[in-house]
Amino acid sequence: MTVILSAEHLTKSYGGVRVVDDLSVSLLEGEALGVVGPNGAGKTTLINLFTGIVHTDEGKVVFAGQDVSRRTPDQRCHAGMARTYQIPKPFEGMTVFENVLVGGTYGRGQSEKASHEICVRALHRASLLPQANVLAESLSLLERKRLELARALATEPKVLLLDEIAGGLTEQEVLSLVETIKQLRTEGISIIWIEHIVHALLAVVDRLMAIDFGRLIAEGDPKTVINSPQVRDVYMGSLMV
Amino acid sequence: MATPLKIERYTRTSRIALPVAVVVVIAAATIPAWGSSNIMKQGVTFLTLVAMAQMWNLLAGYAGLVSVGQQAFIGIGAYSLWVFAEKVGINPFLCVPIAGIVAALFALPTAGLAFRLRGGYFAVGTWVIAEVYRLLVTQITWLGGGSGVSITSAGQVARGTREAVVFWLALAVAAGSIALVYFLLRSRRGLALTAIRDDETGARGLGVNVFRSKLWVYILAAFGTGVTGAVIYLNLLRVQPEAGFGLNWSALMIFAVVIGGLGTIEGPIIGAVIFFALQQLLSDYGTWYLILIGALAAGVVVFAQRGLWGTFVRRRAVDLFPVRRRLCLETVCFPEDAPPAPAAVWSASALPDESTTATAEPPDRVDA
Repeated sequence: MTVILSAEHLTKSYGGVRVVDDLSVSLLEGEALGVVGPNGAGKTTLINLFTGIVHTDEGKVVFAGQDVSRRTPDQRCHAGMARTYQIPKPFEGMTVFENVLVGGTYGRGQSEKASHEICVRALHRASLLPQANVLAESLSLLERKRLELARALATEPKVLLLDEIAGGLTEQEVLSLVETIKQLRTEGISIIWIEHIVHALLAVVDRLMAIDFGRLIAEGDPKTVINSPQVRDVYMGSLMV
Repeated sequence: MATPLKIERYTRTSRIALPVAVVVVIAAATIPAWGSSNIMKQGVTFLTLVAMAQMWNLLAGYAGLVSVGQQAFIGIGAYSLWVFAEKVGINPFLCVPIAGIVAALFALPTAGLAFRLRGGYFAVGTWVIAEVYRLLVTQITWLGGGSGVSITSAGQVARGTREAVVFWLALAVAAGSIALVYFLLRSRRGLALTAIRDDETGARGLGVNVFRSKLWVYILAAFGTGVTGAVIYLNLLRVQPEAGFGLNWSALMIFAVVIGGLGTIEGPIIGAVIFFALQQLLSDYGTWYLILIGALAAGVVVFAQRGLWGTFVRRRAVDLFPVRRRLCLETVCFPEDAPPAPAAVWSASALPDESTTATAEPPDRVDA
């Protein structure tokens, strides 16, 4: 198995606060890696560092064997990285289909026409096809989360970074989302999934890592990590949903 | 999925609106044959306002570039007209497109400076740069210095001919600016621009080179504004730096766009109509006219933030200039008002709106 995406000694500070502190992560091709940690542990910053929305102070991001630390988010998207946002960021004045079309067209650097097919497939996989012509501003939270997923999929990513995509959904909605993500795994997409809803994570991921204060506190088999004393210590009551 | 798919671009309203627009333009083109000199002069004022507003809307409404320095390109357009008509000796009417090209060329170094700034700093920066252009012109005696210059070659053309041609140029500039924005938005580039309008970071993450799109729009808007500036001064025949580079031009553009609706094609047109009508009706009332205009702008900003057209369209879903793409599979088109998925319990209104999203985000989110 080859490593598709890795973070090597990443460090990021805001003001005097180290949000990510000498963190190293690697994701194997086809693997699904779960990330847990309390609020403010640096999980979202980790994704922002991967996708290039923020630049690392030290360390580097390596994607498919290349150092991409200084590349812009759009270049990293072209390379094959896509993400979803914890708080969905749809293009509200565009229809669902147009939202996805942006990813298919610009993410793959091809004509609109060439990306129609892939966009329809992305909508279908995210169960959003019936809403294709609805303005994104009128979507419900679940639909917005699905739109995040569909847009990311339209860029045909090698690596998908999910930021609390199940957060705020009902139990039933979470289950249907888990099924969708499981399906993606079978298509060979590598996934890093940040999530507070542990049972959803455990249903999908091969490996789990826990971070706190921007540092790795545990990593390995999902069940072992979740039950490890360090992780229980950090979470104490807030984790078991 | 190998289902045949089709993209629909026109709506029922637009199928009527587009031919009507063509008829209106053709009807307007006959005005020089029967209209008075005054009608044509007023027509030029109105049509150039539409063009300016359309260009400013492209900048601010789509690329998020809120500039208060577009008067730089009005001034540059006007002075280019003078240079090429009087110093080079080209027919003044042919100088109009040249003025646009000169403005676009000046837009490059201007962008080089202004694009280092963001948001409010960008707005103030563009204003400062426009002031610098104005001051430079007043210092160059060859350009007439502070007292300005006259476009005498255009003044020598028979009055009737000149007024008709200037009117047609203004009509072409107005219709052209609308067509430019319309076709731009329908194109692949338009997809990126609309995405940038709604969420810049989101667009970047999906592979859009935001910087390139913005630069493109900035240069295009400078071209359009430069052309408009040349037409305005073909009408006025005398350019002075104070007026040509005056902040008033930006105030006009911003007023029309904000009143009509930012980020829509129809908005700037509606805004220009309203401004022009108020000006015609109330300009005799002096101070009261200004107070009323100000009150209207404040009222729209407070009560109808998307402008008059934006608020109207949201209620009725009317698109005169259709830029959307509707997805149809086989022969069935998906409805535009599909009911939400049954499992969904959260309504869109329960989510934080755009203005609160920034504060609701974790502190580690940085909008680069």
